[in-house]
Amino acid sequence: MSITCRIKRDLPDFSLEISFSTEKKRIGILGASGSGKSMTLKSIAGIETPDEGQITVDGQVLFDKEKKINEKPQRRNVGYVFQNYALFPHMSVEQNIAAGLRGTKEQKARRVREQLSRFRLEGFEARFPEELSGGQQQRVALARIMAYEPQMILLDEPFAALDAFLRDRLLQELMETLGDYDGTVIFVSHNRDELYRFSEELLIIDEGKQIRFGDTRELFLHPKEMETARLTGCKNIAPAKRLDEHHVAVPDWDLTLLLKKEVPPDLHYIGIRAHMFEPVWESAQPENAVAFHLSDVAEYPFEYKYYSHSPDICWYVQKSSYQQIEERGLPNFLRLPEEEILLLR
Amino acid sequence: MNLVAILKELDYSPLYISLKTGVVATILSFFLGIFAAKRSMSAGKRMRAVLDGILTLPMVLPPTAAGFFLLLLFSRRRPVGMFLYEKLDIKIVQSWAGCVIAATVIAFPLMYRNARAAFEQIDPNLIYAARTLGMSETKIFWQVILPLARPGLLGGTILTFARAMGEYGATSMLAGNIPGKTATIAQRIAMVIQDGDFVTAGIWAFSVALIAFLAIFLMNLVTDRKAKRGRRW
Repeated sequence: MSITCRIKRDLPDFSLEISFSTEKKRIGILGASGSGKSMTLKSIAGIETPDEGQITVDGQVLFDKEKKINEKPQRRNVGYVFQNYALFPHMSVEQNIAAGLRGTKEQKARRVREQLSRFRLEGFEARFPEELSGGQQQRVALARIMAYEPQMILLDEPFAALDAFLRDRLLQELMETLGDYDGTVIFVSHNRDELYRFSEELLIIDEGKQIRFGDTRELFLHPKEMETARLTGCKNIAPAKRLDEHHVAVPDWDLTLLLKKEVPPDLHYIGIRAHMFEPVWESAQPENAVAFHLSDVAEYPFEYKYYSHSPDICWYVQKSSYQQIEERGLPNFLRLPEEEILLLR
Repeated sequence: MNLVAILKELDYSPLYISLKTGVVATILSFFLGIFAAKRSMSAGKRMRAVLDGILTLPMVLPPTAAGFFLLLLFSRRRPVGMFLYEKLDIKIVQSWAGCVIAATVIAFPLMYRNARAAFEQIDPNLIYAARTLGMSETKIFWQVILPLARPGLLGGTILTFARAMGEYGATSMLAGNIPGKTATIAQRIAMVIQDGDFVTAGIWAFSVALIAFLAIFLMNLVTDRKAKRGRRW
């Protein structure tokens, strides 16, 4: 299994430019709403046509502007899961699953029965989509796609409209279902947790621009770009200036960092995740620490979120490690441990 | 003279002509309207605006102006009319065919606009989904688009029928008012009013109102039954 996708498309607000190639089977696309994620997926499915580029799946050319190849979506053999599942509202579960099937009546009926049992939908054959729960609708959508035996499945923010609890459960179910699926799956989302869990490789898009493509764990651990850091959930990012090989100025935080590791020459931003600060109770400012002036505190079920002004910093404290603060009060400074500092382009 | 005697003596040909014209014009508009609406859905923005303008024009134009354009086209002294008459032996002006054409042209925009509105409210993702599932465009049209557009199409069909049945202006210009041949109910009413025969005019006016009401009423019953539960505000 392999996919190569190099496309360009002019959109009203920006131009979309994507280029990636991989043999991995679980791929995620992370970006904010309206960043071009869906357009990329729709281009692969053939629902939208890029202005330029090539799309190849397993050596089969689906789209090639120069060679004037543009396979119809009907012939791309790609399953597409839409945000609202796009089940046909006027068809029963059975009819929905059979919609795209070819062959004799018996063949179709057998294929439908297989899918009904595989997706635990027996007894729901005659129901209509509006009579199903969200989880059942998702299973019907997947059953409909699987019946068609696609070589690739595209998931377009399938959980975006759901509440958090249902989202977790459906993601779990989706991972189980797709566990034995042999083809490539591309999952588009603006939710980093979903993608961290789902994808082996991750494509990061910001305003149509491809920021980075690479191993998911690596991207979360060592984001190299400001956008990657932001989209993977880094709350504290500030412009920075490299002074020399081991010094970085962060004017917004009123801070000059001294680093043991070498500072890359193309450094433009510094980032640190909100969980990673170390509280310091000292009167004099220690090395690599920012002043802490509480402006607001928000209590969440399992953590506190502290917001500091001048500089604007956000610090998350797990309730399990809250005891320290209870005993000693709020710290005067927050230290940035060197290994947690993200050096960003 | 009592009403029974009047009804016994009444010439019922206008009823027959109007119904026949209405049905044929509705069938023609139904197919043409759906076809045009489907075409305009896949047309580009500018093309769609032009198409929409031309196709809606007969609805907003004074019917007499539409009748004038139709005469211009079908008059036997004009190329199209001449060709139809001499080569195919078809007479449009002062004939029942003229009734049908006038009614179709005037009522068609109602079908077209309703069909387009019905198509526009279909979630495009359903059509994209159908395509990625390998359904052919023909299959998508018959199995996805038409069933989903059904309520709008039915509504359009009734309005088209009611409008076609009541057409007066363009019909009188193109088809004329020949008793037993092109004299529709609408034309009959206009004629007897000129003669001061308000009783006959009244009979026809109430008849045409009743037919239109029944058509709308029955269609509503049918669509409501299919829609499982009627929505109420």
